[in-house]
Amino acid sequence: MSENMLEIDGLTHSYGDHTVLEKMSLRVPRGELVSIVGPSGCGKSTLLRCIAGLVRPTGGRVVLDGTAIDGVPDELAVVFQDYSRSLLPWLTVRDNVALPLRRRGGSRAERRAAAEEALTSVGLDGAGRKYPWQLSGGMQQRVSIARALAYRPSLLLMDEPFGSVDAQTREDLEDLVLRVHRDEGMTILLVTHDIDESVYVGDRVVVLGRDPGGVRAELPVHLPAPRDQTTTRAHPDFVSLRTEVSTLVRGAAAPTKTVVHE
Amino acid sequence: MRHSRLALGAVGVAGAVAVAELVVRTGLVDAEAVPPASTVLRRAAEMSVDGAYLAQVGQTVRVWFGGLLLATAAAVLLGLVLSSAPWLNRAARLVVEVLRPIPALALIPLALVSFSSQSQGRTALVFYACTWPILINTLYALRDVDPVAKETLRSFGFGKVAVLLRVSLPSSAPFVATGVRIAASVGLVVVVSTELIAGGADGVGGFLSQSQTGGGQPDYMLAGAVWAGLLGLVVNAVLTALERRAFRWHLAGTEAAT
Repeated sequence: MSENMLEIDGLTHSYGDHTVLEKMSLRVPRGELVSIVGPSGCGKSTLLRCIAGLVRPTGGRVVLDGTAIDGVPDELAVVFQDYSRSLLPWLTVRDNVALPLRRRGGSRAERRAAAEEALTSVGLDGAGRKYPWQLSGGMQQRVSIARALAYRPSLLLMDEPFGSVDAQTREDLEDLVLRVHRDEGMTILLVTHDIDESVYVGDRVVVLGRDPGGVRAELPVHLPAPRDQTTTRAHPDFVSLRTEVSTLVRGAAAPTKTVVHE
Repeated sequence: MRHSRLALGAVGVAGAVAVAELVVRTGLVDAEAVPPASTVLRRAAEMSVDGAYLAQVGQTVRVWFGGLLLATAAAVLLGLVLSSAPWLNRAARLVVEVLRPIPALALIPLALVSFSSQSQGRTALVFYACTWPILINTLYALRDVDPVAKETLRSFGFGKVAVLLRVSLPSSAPFVATGVRIAASVGLVVVVSTELIAGGADGVGGFLSQSQTGGGQPDYMLAGAVWAGLLGLVVNAVLTALERRAFRWHLAGTEAAT
């Protein structure tokens, strides 16, 4: 087994004449939480879709756990930004969480038990019999996180998961992701446009550039654990890192060249 | 809210009956040609316990329901097939748009020569008329299925058929049901008209046609029409109630969005 969970080599993707990603390469060690930030149009979502096997890249390859991706990999789950569109409104919360488990086999009772367990782990015990539209936005996003967790993926992809919730809920959900990462030890790729968030949750921040998209910088984050919304954000290292990332993102419209900070 | 709507509906009906009664009683309309509303309602009440008439209603409902059921199955299947590929959808669109406005009644002669039994021919016409509203609704609903919901299931490794069954079909169901409800009214008009025009003595239309011939019994004819209207009302009410029950999630979603 390779030490890297994910290896992206020379990944290129174009929509017609427009090249979104060009010769992008990235290594993600097992168990790491990587934040991916970049200006809009840098191909963040395309990158995630290529890894998830939803989009077949024009060139290059994505290797997951030693196997080149061809189609949707089994050991992976995605949390989308649009929770209200990603959850099925005709199913109860519990059935939404249990649905992907059909692919894993097991009896109906086992699937339901696993769904209830995942709901409890995101603080939604007792909400299983409700319908998604009866819950608040933040709770709905918790349901999609629970759905991903119940599936027990070795790689969790999150596409701007907290882009449509209010600030307080956003902080709660960031801490939820940190706790899940610590407890389950899964590898997480979190795409965000929020620079503070990328530093707060990440073990490493990857900054993407635009025209064409590619890795512009990779910054390891060495902040004291456990992270805390108040003290971590006031930490001098946090402040200097977020300034650095911010500068990189602002300048990221310029042609891509890789800078590695160690 | 609900009670006041029912009450207002009752007031409307009573008002319409009163106007119909007055128009005849005051001599504005010849009572020989159009009997007063009270007479028509009395006839209608008599007919509700008339076994022979109820058998005719049963015949009409059977043909209507058979045609509607076949049309629903065929239109949803066809909709799924046509939606499976964009080029197929585009190729079919024009054919559908040309066939759709042809009134089913224009095809009565064709149905008469094509089918040996009258009820088969009528069922075929109801089927034809009902297919279009259901097919059109199915096509639009399948086109508008949320891509995020489909991508979510795909990302969990579900294949094309599973996504179709678990996402596309359920999310289209409320729109398909609306198509069925529209088709149900259209189908009822078609079956009664066919019975009326194509001769024969069975069904609600057959009864209407018989009460018009040989001197005519306009009170029976109008009473029959009242029953045809009530039948349509009941069908619509039942289908609306079923939709509200089955698609609570859909109503909740659209209400939250507005």
